[in-house]
Amino acid sequence: MAYIKEELAQKIKLMMHKPGWIRNIGIVAHIHHGKTTLSDNLLAAAGMISNELAGKQLYLNFDEQEQARCLTINSANVSIVHPWEGKEYLINLIDTPGHVDFGGDVTRAMRAVDGAVVLVCAVEGVMAQTETVLRQALREKVKPTLFISKVDRAINELKLTPEMLQSRFKKIIEDVNELIRKMVPEEFKEKWFVNVNDGSVAFGSAYHNWALSVPYMVKTGVKFKDIIDLCSQGRQKDLAAKARINDVVFDMVVKHLPNPLEAQKYRIPQIWKGDLESEVGKSMTSVDKGGPLAFMITDITIDEHAGEIATGRVFSGRIISGEEYFICGTNLRNKCHDVAVFMGPNRLMIPDGVVAGNIAAVTGLRNAVVGHTISSQKEMDAFEEIRHVSEPVVTVAIEAKQMKDLPKLVEVLRKVSKEDASLKVEINQETGENLLSGMGELHIEITTYRIINDHKVDVVVSKPIVVYRECVEHGGGPFEGKSPNKHNRFYFKVEPLDDAVVKAILDGEIPSDTKIKDQKALAKKLQDLGFDKEESKSVVNIHTTNIMLDMTKGIQYLHETMELLIDGVKEALDRGPLANEKVRGLKISLLDAKLHEDAIHRGPAQVIPAARASVYGAMCQAGRVILEPMSKVTLNVPDDIVGNVNRELLQRRNEIQAIEQVGDLTTIITKAPVAAMFGFASSIRSASGGRVLWASENTGFQGVPPELKEQVVAEIRTRKGLKPEPYDEAYYAA
Amino acid sequence: MPAGSSAERLEALLGRPVTVLGREEVERGDRILEAARKGDACLLVVGDPFSATTHVELRLRARKEGIPVSVVHGASALTAVPGLLGLQHYKFGRTTTLPFPEKGHSPDSPYDMIAENLSRGLHTLVLLDIRADKGLLMTANEGLGLLAGLERRKRGGLLGPEALVCVVARAGSESPVVRAGPLARLEREDFGPPHHSIVVPGKLHFMEAEALVELAGAPPELVGKRG
Repeated sequence: MAYIKEELAQKIKLMMHKPGWIRNIGIVAHIHHGKTTLSDNLLAAAGMISNELAGKQLYLNFDEQEQARCLTINSANVSIVHPWEGKEYLINLIDTPGHVDFGGDVTRAMRAVDGAVVLVCAVEGVMAQTETVLRQALREKVKPTLFISKVDRAINELKLTPEMLQSRFKKIIEDVNELIRKMVPEEFKEKWFVNVNDGSVAFGSAYHNWALSVPYMVKTGVKFKDIIDLCSQGRQKDLAAKARINDVVFDMVVKHLPNPLEAQKYRIPQIWKGDLESEVGKSMTSVDKGGPLAFMITDITIDEHAGEIATGRVFSGRIISGEEYFICGTNLRNKCHDVAVFMGPNRLMIPDGVVAGNIAAVTGLRNAVVGHTISSQKEMDAFEEIRHVSEPVVTVAIEAKQMKDLPKLVEVLRKVSKEDASLKVEINQETGENLLSGMGELHIEITTYRIINDHKVDVVVSKPIVVYRECVEHGGGPFEGKSPNKHNRFYFKVEPLDDAVVKAILDGEIPSDTKIKDQKALAKKLQDLGFDKEESKSVVNIHTTNIMLDMTKGIQYLHETMELLIDGVKEALDRGPLANEKVRGLKISLLDAKLHEDAIHRGPAQVIPAARASVYGAMCQAGRVILEPMSKVTLNVPDDIVGNVNRELLQRRNEIQAIEQVGDLTTIITKAPVAAMFGFASSIRSASGGRVLWASENTGFQGVPPELKEQVVAEIRTRKGLKPEPYDEAYYAA
Repeated sequence: MPAGSSAERLEALLGRPVTVLGREEVERGDRILEAARKGDACLLVVGDPFSATTHVELRLRARKEGIPVSVVHGASALTAVPGLLGLQHYKFGRTTTLPFPEKGHSPDSPYDMIAENLSRGLHTLVLLDIRADKGLLMTANEGLGLLAGLERRKRGGLLGPEALVCVVARAGSESPVVRAGPLARLEREDFGPPHHSIVVPGKLHFMEAEALVELAGAPPELVGKRG
């Protein structure tokens, strides 16, 4: 049932008021598993773009850069009306990037939706990023369904029999369910598995526009053998006529994914820590369009004509054009100009407001950034921060070719970092050096391309460098740190935190860089992770992934010095003793303090340097280490060049984790330092004639091998204008 | 520099170079010790040398190196301020200093110190922060404002608007100002240029009471209450 645009617009305007008939969904997948092709064909089949263009046009990839690389970089959004069992449903679909270099965007999109179609390629099966995107969905309590794509290629290239085809599906479904079992929130254990018999699994060819599910096969009488015959005879058009992709996929979405009324009940407590019994709390859990406005921004794009367009989910109330709203957590108020829903690159204006349960696109919120909560209530608690699974690990210095372009470059860098929250920009006003950090080499390359081609600033970019971290090997200290006036002394000891604790901080289970709100809950959590009782109750501050404890008892005046000690420790953690890189995963315990009687002699100028020296000294005693970012690299290599590829990998400090052979393709999984993989894309392309498909994903930090440590430290220090050797223990004791 | 003097005047008087050191250099001490290793060096400080904080550490370091140290004592606010007010130094409790409030450092301990002294009937000399590097000297008005703020926070009933307090400005100079009166009134009074100090009197001896009225203009009824 296809609507011409005008009719569709009228429908959407009516249907967005009925949350029971809405599904907000995203499609997530490993790179090149065909997500954009699926989205396009769903739209074409639903009558939103012509059948001829679909699949070839890559409608959702409307950025020139994206089409050229066949990659989807930003999320784009559409609304579709789909009939099911005699009723019509409004499906709001968000497209998400498939390359985990852009993982930040996937997390953001997951905040806006309630359900996901996880796309897995029938040829490649479950891949590294399948796990990543699924984790991001489940963490946001977004319910998954499964679509197995490129089935035609599996049939034609791998020459599968009906039995082999079924066992291949079975393996993929088992793999996906295993991931779900590992990562699903407790309350949905056993409930959120995908199941081929109930139709929460579909399969087909996004490119050739057909899809099937078991219930659909029963209904239409199509058998596995028919699929294989039609595919191998090149008669997929006949298949598409019998089982159109949009019917099957959208049936699955409507039947198996929750509507906002169901989803907001359990999602709100997960993504919002305010009082659920408050007016706005109740309004959000009941999707009340008459309640106060609660709108969370999950994406900002910059349009040449409209300016900044903020996209997000309306959880409560109604966002109306011309109204003024609060940006929660700031003192700012912005007036909303246009309010719309997306239809591909077009926006459909809804001046009287987009209501609770929908995805809105809004202009005029000039002070807002991705992650902000917009409300009609000044005091509303903001939504939980959108957590980026990975942090930027690659940095380049970026300069304008022409000096006169410098102000423009600064402006453009601010813009791109606003659009893409996983980018970090540091602008040094004094030196004019601008640093751009991102998830990987490709992420930086694409951003640079955009700066040059979309924003028209000619730039010179330095060679990429990785971001390092510092830590220690074992315990060290207590180390005496003296204040400059020598009248105050502090004794800190340090030791590395367990990986489980660092992970809990990174996952947001242990809040960091915020006031400790619930000391008891924190103590309990830390005890569960192996802290002893005394220590678990003594936390005074958590900064990034480091925990500071006060183990002293009854020292007079210490309470009014503690804020300064925290500042001093933070300074030490932000600039580690080896190379001024950030410290990661350190436990810092204050064991004793000797203070001057008079407050004037223990001010910031005395206490901060003393605390810093004590922490640095203790770290020297604890065996300082430098950590580098690591990645998991998955490669699909044709058999005849496995040897060459292996050689290339070993030269780049790769540690091979697994090798698996399927047909004449070998899958190699390795662990590799990000730094050693710079330039790998082009060297492997030229070495293999582009026949190696590969993807990488950041997996955290690991110590630089001892034989490289001194050289790496010296390089970083020299780059920063420091003397090549770090200071020793004696220096910090003075 | 002592009130009213300057490095240039000293150089002219002594016929040798005088180097002005910032707080950090005095604390590090290396330039002074370096000079002392080569010959006679004199560290000239405001007030009495060991009433300030750092200098004892410097003296100990010199001693460890075998450098002989001799001391010439000077006049100090610690004795001049009580003297100008006519208060007996026997009756002072522990001295405290009010720092300029900063992020992470706005201590309550000066209030606690005053409270402790008052509970034993003792006076408190309240010194005021000096930020030579920024050219900031806390005035008595700012100091009294901070004390009033601490009272509002701690609610000890000790430093309300009617509480008797004393201010001495420019002790040791030729034009000192000496005042005593209710806190709220003195907070608004102009004492002229710094340095300023504050005293919170405890129990007053009759001689002290008379001195505060005669020398510092204290309202007799207020002084009587403390007697």
